[in-house]
Amino acid sequence: MAPLLEWVFSGKGLSVAGALAIAVIVIASEVLGNRRRTNARNVTAVPITPRQKQMRTGALMALLLIFPLLLGTYVSEVLDQVGLYILMGLGLNVVVGFAGLLDLGYVGFFAIGAYAMGMLTSPELGLASLSWWTALPIAVSITILAGIMLGVPVLNMRGDYLAIVTLGFGEIIRLLALSDALRPWTGGSQGIQLIAKPVVGTMVLDNQLKLYYLILAGCLLAGFISSRLRDSRLGRAWMAMREDEDVAQAIGINLVATKLLAFSVGAAFGGLSGAIFAAKLGAIYPNSFGLLISINVLALLIIGGMGSIRGVVVGALVLVGLPELLREFAEFRLLVYGALLVVMMLYRPQGLWPEDARKLEAHEDDGLSGDSSAAPAGRIIEPA
Amino acid sequence: MVVKRFGGLTAVKDLDLEIEDQSIYSVIGPNGAGKTTFFNCVTGFYKPDGGDILFQGKSIAGKGPDQITKLGIARTYQNIRLFSNMTALENVLVGQHIHLSSGLLGSIFHTKAMRAEEADAVAEAKRLLQFVSLTGKGDFVAKNLPYGDQRRLEIARALATKPKLLLLDEPTAGMNPREAEDMKGFIRRLRDELQITILLIEHHMRVVMGISERIAVLDYGEKIAEGNPAEIQSNPRVIEAYLGRGGAAEDHRTAGSIPATAAS
Repeated sequence: MAPLLEWVFSGKGLSVAGALAIAVIVIASEVLGNRRRTNARNVTAVPITPRQKQMRTGALMALLLIFPLLLGTYVSEVLDQVGLYILMGLGLNVVVGFAGLLDLGYVGFFAIGAYAMGMLTSPELGLASLSWWTALPIAVSITILAGIMLGVPVLNMRGDYLAIVTLGFGEIIRLLALSDALRPWTGGSQGIQLIAKPVVGTMVLDNQLKLYYLILAGCLLAGFISSRLRDSRLGRAWMAMREDEDVAQAIGINLVATKLLAFSVGAAFGGLSGAIFAAKLGAIYPNSFGLLISINVLALLIIGGMGSIRGVVVGALVLVGLPELLREFAEFRLLVYGALLVVMMLYRPQGLWPEDARKLEAHEDDGLSGDSSAAPAGRIIEPA
Repeated sequence: MVVKRFGGLTAVKDLDLEIEDQSIYSVIGPNGAGKTTFFNCVTGFYKPDGGDILFQGKSIAGKGPDQITKLGIARTYQNIRLFSNMTALENVLVGQHIHLSSGLLGSIFHTKAMRAEEADAVAEAKRLLQFVSLTGKGDFVAKNLPYGDQRRLEIARALATKPKLLLLDEPTAGMNPREAEDMKGFIRRLRDELQITILLIEHHMRVVMGISERIAVLDYGEKIAEGNPAEIQSNPRVIEAYLGRGGAAEDHRTAGSIPATAAS
């Protein structure tokens, strides 16, 4: 196993030979798989049973748990970064994907989460030296508060206008962190060092592998909350607002509360991601929180599929994971990144793995539904 | 009485209507007469610049659309405005929003109350889909439904708010005479079976004359006539508004829907 891994991965990412080998394997399996799929096209898809679904979920969980153990430190590091982006992606997905509020300053929440964690735990600043776990709920609460503070002034803004204001918000947060006036609290350009690491029992989560499990837990929690909210009254109100804000209000939805909840939930996930990020690095600097992060998170939503929870995972893997693995090809990285976005928008605007429409109305028998869809419009209005 | 101005233009001028409970009341008039503006004032999309709107004895002028819906007024739109990327069933579920109560935490933890409420809501949505003859189409994405189905889905969504007064803005627009006839029967059913008061904007004169108990005619934002269908058809001012002085029959906007002759 080890020599093989050494051949595939160089010190920092995939080796050239490894990348080529993986590409060949992927393309070959895709071609073969396609052939098999074409052959099987006439066979009706068998719906998966709940038991099969459970087994699949179990297998996936097991894979997620042992994957980094097998592949070593470098892959753990990449997965950590992917995970932090998944967390942010899930948060922004609530704001943009569900509620349709275009937020270009999402990095602001990530930064606030990280800085709150830094200020609350770093002995260097002498503000407070809480443990990571004690500081976490406070940091997330502060981020939620920031989400509401951003939300209130933009309640009446839509589309482009909202995008510009949120863009400004992201920059304001970064510049505040950088400013000399706030240096006693934020450390100015020197940032904050000595940020506490999370401790579980007696184990300090201080390397990529241990943090991977923390991040995985965070992602699972955020994914769970996202999916529960999506299928709820609140999620429907968000989507209605995204589809047509005026009609949503006319149907009785309180736009103020609904928007602020979207900003709060989005901010909370971003803050959580920031808090873990701060612990992971142990030190944070204003320049870690640039505009590019906001753009990356938005791009991964677009690549994965706007509003799609599983799409966030795919988008993060493609957009964050691949470039990390392709570090060896440094000069072409951003080229591939840009080209990918262009190709996606042209050929697959719905994203790599969009959400299916939710089936709530069980079709008791297929004959009936087929029949009614063929019925001429208006036929059903029979005299009472 | 309602007044609505846009800059120097008075779109609705001293309009005074009284709509009886559980009646079918139509507002007609040439394009640009201010009918939809009047609807927008009633439903809170616009704030009237003068006058007042009373619903069940209470003033609703200046209230927000969501508050007005909670009081029991629902509407449909001239150009269908469904939540087009949501399924038909989800559209109706959104319509029930004000009658459901589960919040953030209930949704995350799937409390017993929340699950029961959701199950009831889905059952109610299916019932409403059945009422508008969309059984079996609940899982269709709204934008993929045929035009007539979209019209009826929009009504189902409005009904989900459990309105006492339903405003229908040209429900038969774009329908052929036979479909329009079906819609006529359906509107009557809404009133008879659900005891809903209907306020209707309509251009199909056959529909208007066939189901309305009272009709108001608007022209340039003013009410120029009000009465039952027979009175409206014989009113000289109405004929003038529709046909112009001298009864110029080439006026294309009323072609095929001349009040006095087209009504059966």
